[in-house]
Amino acid sequence: MAEEFLVARDVSYRYAARRGVEAVSVLQRFSVSLTEGEFFCLLGPSGCGKTTVLNLMAGFLEPVSGVLTLAGRPIRGPGIDRTVVFQGDDALFNWLRTIDNVAFGLRMQGMSKERRHVVAGEYLRLVHLDGQENKYPGELSGGMKQRVQIARVLASDPKVLLMDEPFGALDAQTRGRIQSELVDIWHKTGKTIVFITHDITEAVLLADRIGVMTKGPESRLDAIIPVNLPRPRRRSSPGFGEIWERIDALIENEEA
Amino acid sequence: MTEVSPARDATPADAMAPASRLPLGWIKRDHLIYGASIIGLIVLWHLIATTFFKPQFFPPPLLVLSTGREMLESGELMEHVSISLQRILSGFLIGSAIAAPAGLLMGSIPIVRAIFDPYVQFFRFVPSLAWLTPVVIWFGIGETSKVLIIIYTTIFIVLINTMVGVSHIAPNKLRAAACLGATPLKAFIFVTLPATLPFILTGMRLAMGNSFATVVSAEMIAADSGLGYLIFNSRLWMATDKIFIGIVCLGALGLTTDRFFRYLIVRFAHQYGPIE
Repeated sequence: MAEEFLVARDVSYRYAARRGVEAVSVLQRFSVSLTEGEFFCLLGPSGCGKTTVLNLMAGFLEPVSGVLTLAGRPIRGPGIDRTVVFQGDDALFNWLRTIDNVAFGLRMQGMSKERRHVVAGEYLRLVHLDGQENKYPGELSGGMKQRVQIARVLASDPKVLLMDEPFGALDAQTRGRIQSELVDIWHKTGKTIVFITHDITEAVLLADRIGVMTKGPESRLDAIIPVNLPRPRRRSSPGFGEIWERIDALIENEEA
Repeated sequence: MTEVSPARDATPADAMAPASRLPLGWIKRDHLIYGASIIGLIVLWHLIATTFFKPQFFPPPLLVLSTGREMLESGELMEHVSISLQRILSGFLIGSAIAAPAGLLMGSIPIVRAIFDPYVQFFRFVPSLAWLTPVVIWFGIGETSKVLIIIYTTIFIVLINTMVGVSHIAPNKLRAAACLGATPLKAFIFVTLPATLPFILTGMRLAMGNSFATVVSAEMIAADSGLGYLIFNSRLWMATDKIFIGIVCLGALGLTTDRFFRYLIVRFAHQYGPIE
């Protein structure tokens, strides 16, 4: 077993009570351990707290109890070693051209304009968006916007990519294409990826391992299903259906 | 690995149909309708004025035009126009320069908002004209008072629009900036500021309109020059043609400055969001 890399141990999270709303305990002693370079999918019924897990890993939220660590160091606040690809396109900076969106993290690090445009251009090529450098996000399709987000987080060279249902809003055809592109990018870059989805097929297509969460509130990890299918995978790959059925049964159990 | 051709991801921009044009070339159909509409109004004005009224009660367009020419030649008109415009622009610009940063700070920093919000919420309901007498007592009847009154009008509109803009920033933008390494100060400069700019500019356009209304009222009550003074003073002599000159000038000035402002936005700030 490879060394632990991204770890959540006994993490609990509660949304504070507001007037007329009781405190909601989202996660109860949630634990998971990822190895470096792993493609991990987090799957679960809607409202189970998948995004909360991601927000905790990103450092946007702090756990009520328990610890999260990356490479042995506790996670405190957002950091450039863990960058997030958001579901909606509202995370892009609509007043910046594509190239400057991708170069944003490099700009924050103080890199010169010429150098960061060179680097950002390379990442745009990686996500097949060369030629779109000078367009604004509003001029791009949904699939292209998500590619810009992927290029933007990769340009900062993070250790972990946190992806929150990034392809949820795309049409089936675009989604299929961008999924295989992501696997390709993952092979090339060797990043650790935490990928949230509620789509079992997507999880089986992408992941090394799939963590299935219990129904909320007070969610935790129900089971971890390894996916030992060779890549590239297709829905028709041998063994695909069995894994799919197994996860589906787990989730149905939860929702019953 | 699937091969992706960018062409298959159709961009919305490509789908936009070209604007309808006449054979005349650069003149769009909209321009012609616009022009016809203006001419139509003037004709209607002429018909109503000459049919139902005496010229001193409702001056027809030609009379207004000739009075306008006389006032232009004597230099009287330009004097009123330029003084009003000066008051509007200086008050409007100073007010915006105060309100935009203040709104950004109030929108971004909860403690700043907590301190100043009560004043904003209280004084925004007090129209600037209610202050005219105290302001004239404190600052005299000169330009300072009039500009202050316009600053006051401008501040609340721009400030509240700016605050709304800050609260409308998608949380994901600020989160994205944070995990891409932006410190809170950098996130403010590189995300909050540009994301709020469309709201600031919209607030400024609205404030411009209010500045026109305010300057006229202020000049009616406490001035011896400006378009408001022209309109109010002409009342004493039953010079309705001069009143109409004042009205036409105000509308034309407002329209022109607003168009110019829009042109500047489209020219230099189009990427900060469509402003209509």
